[in-house]
Amino acid sequence: MAELRFTKDHEWVRLDGDVATIGITDHAQTALGDVVFVDLPEPGREVAEGEACAVVESVKAASDVYAPVAGRIVESNGALTDNPALVNSAPTGEGWFFRIEGVDAATVDALMDEAAYAAFVESLA
Amino acid sequence: MADSPGESPILETPLSGLHRALGGRMVPFAGYAMPVQYPAGIMAEHLHCRAAASLFDVSHMGQAELVGDGAAAALESLTPADVQGLKPGRQRYGLLMTEQGGIFDDFMVANLGAQGTERLFLVVNASRKAEDFALIGAALPPSVTLRPLPDRALVALQGPAAVAAIATLAPGIAALPFMGVGAFDIAGVPALVSRSGYTGEDGVEVSVPADSAEAFAKALLALPGVQPAGLGARDSLRLEAGLCLYGNDIDETTSPVEAALTWTIGKRRRTAWDFRGADRVRADLDNGPQRLRVGIRPDSRQPARGHTPVHAPGGAVMGEVTSGGFGPSANGPVAMGYVARSHAADGTPLELLVRGKPIPARVAPLPFTPHRYAR
Repeated sequence: MAELRFTKDHEWVRLDGDVATIGITDHAQTALGDVVFVDLPEPGREVAEGEACAVVESVKAASDVYAPVAGRIVESNGALTDNPALVNSAPTGEGWFFRIEGVDAATVDALMDEAAYAAFVESLA
Repeated sequence: MADSPGESPILETPLSGLHRALGGRMVPFAGYAMPVQYPAGIMAEHLHCRAAASLFDVSHMGQAELVGDGAAAALESLTPADVQGLKPGRQRYGLLMTEQGGIFDDFMVANLGAQGTERLFLVVNASRKAEDFALIGAALPPSVTLRPLPDRALVALQGPAAVAAIATLAPGIAALPFMGVGAFDIAGVPALVSRSGYTGEDGVEVSVPADSAEAFAKALLALPGVQPAGLGARDSLRLEAGLCLYGNDIDETTSPVEAALTWTIGKRRRTAWDFRGADRVRADLDNGPQRLRVGIRPDSRQPARGHTPVHAPGGAVMGEVTSGGFGPSANGPVAMGYVARSHAADGTPLELLVRGKPIPARVAPLPFTPHRYAR
């Protein structure tokens, strides 16, 4: 399994070929608290890097999820519609949000690795 | 919840140290550092309150005494509540008014008088206490004194097990009726207890001296079934209970009639019309208000937050959501907001414009979860 890369907006990215799977980090789900609803992008939508394309709602608040890389949405995680709590229980596994194809591997490489993200989170405390 | 406006220093309640020791996540609210949640999380804290008993710190709220001959009459110049008819040992919810008939604040007033001495106990919102105390102070005759009580803490113990739990420390509390008030010695602390709260559950609010607050809160947390709960759960509990949050659901632009708070207007007050802003209230009652606060239930699982525009299906905007989110006990999204009077009947279809997309919703009866006050 490919290693995860991370953004300053607390998304994670896993690249397989030119398809990137995106979700929110464990730090993000902890900060949000119990997730009660996820609004996901329609497949086929072209997204730019940094574009808001999903929304995660906790009991308390709604937060945008951004496309960490440009490309075309190929799939959204329908399991989150029935069980949004997967975002809390398995943020980097079954709780993934959407997949983007046509992704430039270099833009994923340029994101933070796990150690850099851990240091970034530490710097926010 | 609004952050504190401006750059004024953030205040702490007498329980700040305890909140941090319990792992509370502190956020600014109405100028105070308050726990939005503890490690259990908002969902668990909310459900615990409906199932057992939860302890909330509400020390940020303003407490004061109004003492002297004519105290109740003076307060009645600012509120349509029946204060003069409030019996000793009883408490009532009321509204302070603007000159234009809007809501200046909402508050609790208790009659602590005895042997012909008028003595009222007031609790007002944290975000409004400076304005409220200035307003009330300016309305008093020389015989009446307003005494703010900044050296007192206030905690709420709420839930179906709350009164049984605290009554193990002071058995007399179990005999208090809903909205009854009394002085008790609890775990060695002199406490003013009212059988009230803002969650829709049975429970008490307890005012204690600030320097005893931490020991007192720890004594309550040591009781079986009692867990701490933060502002997040307090907000979702009061929303499910259909209770207004000042600044969200009611403010200086909303009249008591529009806010569906006509029940706070005393019968005698509706014949004399001798309170600030009475003209608008009277007109709203005579003609019907333009808009009304109602419960709103989205048809799907998607929550609609405050300021979400409310439309007639396919039609023009007619109001907005004033409080909205996920109701853990309702197990779905719940909201309150203002709609045109023509669209205020239960079951009326509405459309909520969430992030530019219309989502179907309906007017729903309040509360979303039945009140379970002591009777």
